[in-house]
Amino acid sequence: MASAAPLHTPHSALHTPFWLPVWSLAARELVRFFRQRTRLVGALGQPVLFWVLFGAGLHGSFSPPAWAPRSMTYQEYFFPGVAVMIVLFTAIFSTISIIEDRREGFLQGVLVAPISRLAIVLGKLCGGTALAVIQAGLFLALAPFLGLTMSPWTVIEVAMFLTLLAFALTALGFLIAWPLDSTQGFHAIMSIFLLPMWLLSGAFFPAGDAGWLKWVIQANPLTYGVAGLRRLLYSGETLDAAPGLPAMSVCVAVTTMFCAICIVISVWLANRRTSRDAR
Amino acid sequence: MSATAAISIAGLSHLYGNLKALDQVAFDVGPGEIFGLLGPNGGGKTTLFRILATLLPVQEGQVQLLEFDLATEPSRIRHVIGVTFQFPSLDRKLTVRENLVTQGRLYGLSGGAFRERIDALLARLGLADRARDRVESLSGGLARRVEIAKGLLHDPRVLLLDEPSTGLDPGARLDLWRYLHLLREEAGVTVLVTTHLMEEAERCDRLGILDTGRLVALGSPAELRDSIGGDCLTIQSPAPEELARLITARFQVAPRLIGTQLRIETADGRELLGRLVETFGTAISSVALGKPTLEDVFVQRTGHKFWDETSSSV
Repeated sequence: MASAAPLHTPHSALHTPFWLPVWSLAARELVRFFRQRTRLVGALGQPVLFWVLFGAGLHGSFSPPAWAPRSMTYQEYFFPGVAVMIVLFTAIFSTISIIEDRREGFLQGVLVAPISRLAIVLGKLCGGTALAVIQAGLFLALAPFLGLTMSPWTVIEVAMFLTLLAFALTALGFLIAWPLDSTQGFHAIMSIFLLPMWLLSGAFFPAGDAGWLKWVIQANPLTYGVAGLRRLLYSGETLDAAPGLPAMSVCVAVTTMFCAICIVISVWLANRRTSRDAR
Repeated sequence: MSATAAISIAGLSHLYGNLKALDQVAFDVGPGEIFGLLGPNGGGKTTLFRILATLLPVQEGQVQLLEFDLATEPSRIRHVIGVTFQFPSLDRKLTVRENLVTQGRLYGLSGGAFRERIDALLARLGLADRARDRVESLSGGLARRVEIAKGLLHDPRVLLLDEPSTGLDPGARLDLWRYLHLLREEAGVTVLVTTHLMEEAERCDRLGILDTGRLVALGSPAELRDSIGGDCLTIQSPAPEELARLITARFQVAPRLIGTQLRIETADGRELLGRLVETFGTAISSVALGKPTLEDVFVQRTGHKFWDETSSSV
């Protein structure tokens, strides 16, 4: 071995291709998910159970909001809300693993790798989003049983919107989970922030005509996710002119903005070299 | 700072709030050197390790790794360092091979050459037949080997290992050190290990001893031991303070009181031992004669025992 060998001869490409690490982290997310079957039950089972039980229980006391057709049952009203709940739960379950990764040490190995922190964020987001879209998609496949027919184009639109929404919610989960060091902390935030956010998004009950609740619902970015999905499921007919339900363009704009803000904050958080990362 | 050093540290301090974890640490590690950071837990080794691994910011001072500045070019440094953590950074739900593939892709590695590299590392570390097993099914020693393979995937120029022997049985520990020496000889890799084990420190080319954030000694294990002098006497006594006074008055040596023991470093311990026992026979309950160890070096430089049970310092 020549002692004069140059010190600096890295075999790894000096400029790591951007998408390879993203793919690496996202693929790991998927493999882990399919090895932990109970997560499927948690993210898909509970919302479906809610849908069946609340749908049956609140059937009699539900009166459709002004913008909806008279014939709309509660089960039908609740349908897009449950899909959004599945997306939210999947986002929560995938981002809670950030805390486990930190505690179990996996994250350290990722943080010392020569990749941009954006790639770390996107790896998590792509993995979580893929899982959320697959699961919400499975649930939405029940639509024909409610008499909702979707053209292939509608299916594509729904998939695209779900992807955007899942990206936003996973990014939200990321920025919540990143600074935390216990999963209990995340559960607390889930109960006092994430679930109320879903409850007050028009997913569970429609906004009334007046009162503080109406304002809260209007200020909630998730409202526009639920409304957007609702509009897409009925595209081309019933809800075209539905006063009180945000327009599709507004839904897409708000959700995109929400998603961008969450990603920017996530990358900013991941970029800090702090003592936290050192346990 | 030396231009040819693999790692060059100058005036490095680090604070956690008000707690000073590192205090004006400075040393160089030469290329191809196996350098040990020895110290008790809480001495600052892990903080220094994490700064070198780019996980903690450089608060004060300068660190140069190869030709890169740690404060401003962490991403260049990440390409050339391999890091092995004390607590494994493996995904327990993935297989050994999946772990390595996932990590390698973070370094931009893929394709046939990358697969061959994984096979070669697995074979070299004796893991070839466990490649398809999930990490959660491996013993601590095997998981540690996977951890090391992971740190070596991208052929780093500098390898950083935090307490690499944690959880290894003596045989596996021996294997690990044999492999580290091999890496240095074959590939010229510079190795920095942190350890609190004296026998492990003995295997390093050079050592830095850290105590409460300060570098208290620097040199090869032999140099450090020789710095103390010929022999080392350790005396147990029911009344150590008084005995120390008497010894100082009678002989021209200065015993140091460490805990409840007296320690004397002297050129000819054999001769002094005889005279001590002759003079103060009843005041001595036991006395041991030995060559100075790294532990003695630590004691001499810091004035307290390596394992200070009564110490409340963090």
